[in-house]
Amino acid sequence: MADIALAPRRAKTEIREATAWDQLRHNKNWLGFWFMLPALAFLIFFLAYPLGLGIWLSFTDTRIGRVGHFIGTENYEWLWDDAIFWLSVFNTLLYTFIASAVKFAVGLYLALLLNERMPFKALLRAAVLIPFIVPTVLSALAFWWIFDSQFSIISWSLKHLGLITQNINFLGDTTWARICVIFANIWRGVPFVAITLLAGLQTVQPSLYEAATLDGASRWQMFRYITYPLLTPIIAVVMTFSVLFTFTDFQLIWAMTRGGPVNATHLMATLSYQRAIIAGQLGEGAAISSAMIPFLLAAIMVSWFGLQRRKWQQGESND
Amino acid sequence: MTDLPASKVDLKSILSTPSRVDNSEGMSYLQSVPRRIVTLYIPLSIIVIILLFPFYWMGLTAIKPDEQLLDLDKYNPFWTWNPTFKHIHKLLFESYYPHWLWNTMYVAVGATVLSIIASVLAAYAIVRLRYKGANVVGGLIFLAYLVPPSILFIPLATVVFQYGLFDSPLALILTYPTILIPFSTWLLMGYFKTIPFELEECALIDGASRWQILIKIVLPLAVPGLISAFIFCFTLCWNEFIYALTFLQSTPNKTVPVAIVNEFVDGDIYRWGSLMAGALCGSLPLVILYAFFVEHYVSAMTGAVKE
Repeated sequence: MADIALAPRRAKTEIREATAWDQLRHNKNWLGFWFMLPALAFLIFFLAYPLGLGIWLSFTDTRIGRVGHFIGTENYEWLWDDAIFWLSVFNTLLYTFIASAVKFAVGLYLALLLNERMPFKALLRAAVLIPFIVPTVLSALAFWWIFDSQFSIISWSLKHLGLITQNINFLGDTTWARICVIFANIWRGVPFVAITLLAGLQTVQPSLYEAATLDGASRWQMFRYITYPLLTPIIAVVMTFSVLFTFTDFQLIWAMTRGGPVNATHLMATLSYQRAIIAGQLGEGAAISSAMIPFLLAAIMVSWFGLQRRKWQQGESND
Repeated sequence: MTDLPASKVDLKSILSTPSRVDNSEGMSYLQSVPRRIVTLYIPLSIIVIILLFPFYWMGLTAIKPDEQLLDLDKYNPFWTWNPTFKHIHKLLFESYYPHWLWNTMYVAVGATVLSIIASVLAAYAIVRLRYKGANVVGGLIFLAYLVPPSILFIPLATVVFQYGLFDSPLALILTYPTILIPFSTWLLMGYFKTIPFELEECALIDGASRWQILIKIVLPLAVPGLISAFIFCFTLCWNEFIYALTFLQSTPNKTVPVAIVNEFVDGDIYRWGSLMAGALCGSLPLVILYAFFVEHYVSAMTGAVKE
């Protein structure tokens, strides 16, 4: 019986040599190259090339309508002595730090609440995500109106509750303006954090909580020793994205304050837009945005190590 | 980098249907009702009200008559008994608003379609062709996701100018894919991995080419993933601001977010009604789309993070 399978079969026709054309059509690597071509073309021409070009521009004195010359690190030296630049760095760090921390806290809390059993759960979850769907600029305009200096509904409500006597100048006062933009950013970011963390929460085995209850664990202990450790990997990823997008935020600020009052809400992104596009100093603007790159690299490192840890926790090999 | 199929999230359960047997929180009976009100319902309703209030306010302002908008003493600001469509009418018939909506739609659909085509091919190649260096390319595409538009818009503006695309919707259609491709490639890679390899092997034995396999077998099975990627990309395009602000100049060419910020913000003290009407009309298409595809939307959002 085994002989049948072993009996050699004669090829009826000579096997044709693979031509170059066949190679291009069937070789795995070439085929992979063809399939990757559209995506790579986009990413190289409109992402990698501009990224390099941006760094090059930051070493030139390019202006709108004028080709620049290489001027070394002059732009950076100029920025080093520029108080407004340092103010924007401070604002960006403050904005990122406070907004991310609160987004994480409130987002996690909201995720825990939404994970409970309750009526209208699906509807609530869908409603929570709406701030994330609506274009940022449009909701920022709504906040602009809510924080209006004369007709703010918040001032009106507080006055009627007898808490204040004067309207609060929300976007005209430096401290209030910072609080307002940070609040709007948190408002916009919480749904993203909450819904992604909720997805993570739902992978936690309910039997772990049952076991913990039998062992007499309190609700805080259950959170601290079951939920939180199991959630760390996804928290790492979500927070990296959150920090990254908060740090490079532009549209919220631009729609609400345009960097004012007295540059109190200028972030690095808005400052680079103002210098590069409005004032026409492309080189200087490019230097400001290139200065953001080290921070982004730091965020990517965090994400990388978050992912590594996740792999290790799931007991898979690192490949 | 992340070949792990992860502990698969049950996406259905994120937005559970009422009929689903829910045994994930089987211990809530241990809590008394008053305790649940304090620890669950009160904080939850506060958060939800804060999250939704700006939209209520947006909608209310859009239909309030002007005199009620600015006179807070005579009228209760939280409600209006005589709504008007004046602002919306003005928006739709006396401004470029329909133009802007059309531009936004055109750019969003164009960029999304281009990105999905490119991403499907790229994701399939990375996951299934497994050519030399596929993992490295996958990792690089993930890194591309982390490059924000705020550091690219200045050099891109010069590139767009060089190619003669300045002030043309084509500039946006060609640049938006840089934001969308990394995201949708990762999302689709996750979906393609879940399609059994054996199906493709069968097709290969039957003599199908890779292209036929992709079109006839993989894509029909990946439809949910395609929908997720499509609506998420569409939303991102609609939301994009900084490129549109930088690359477009003439008023009729603008997209909704840019146009509202630049054209409606004038010294007029009565601008709020039309401003909010513009914001409302700009948000509604997305909210309606979202209402139909909530599940896909959530799976897109969580999928990109989980992969």
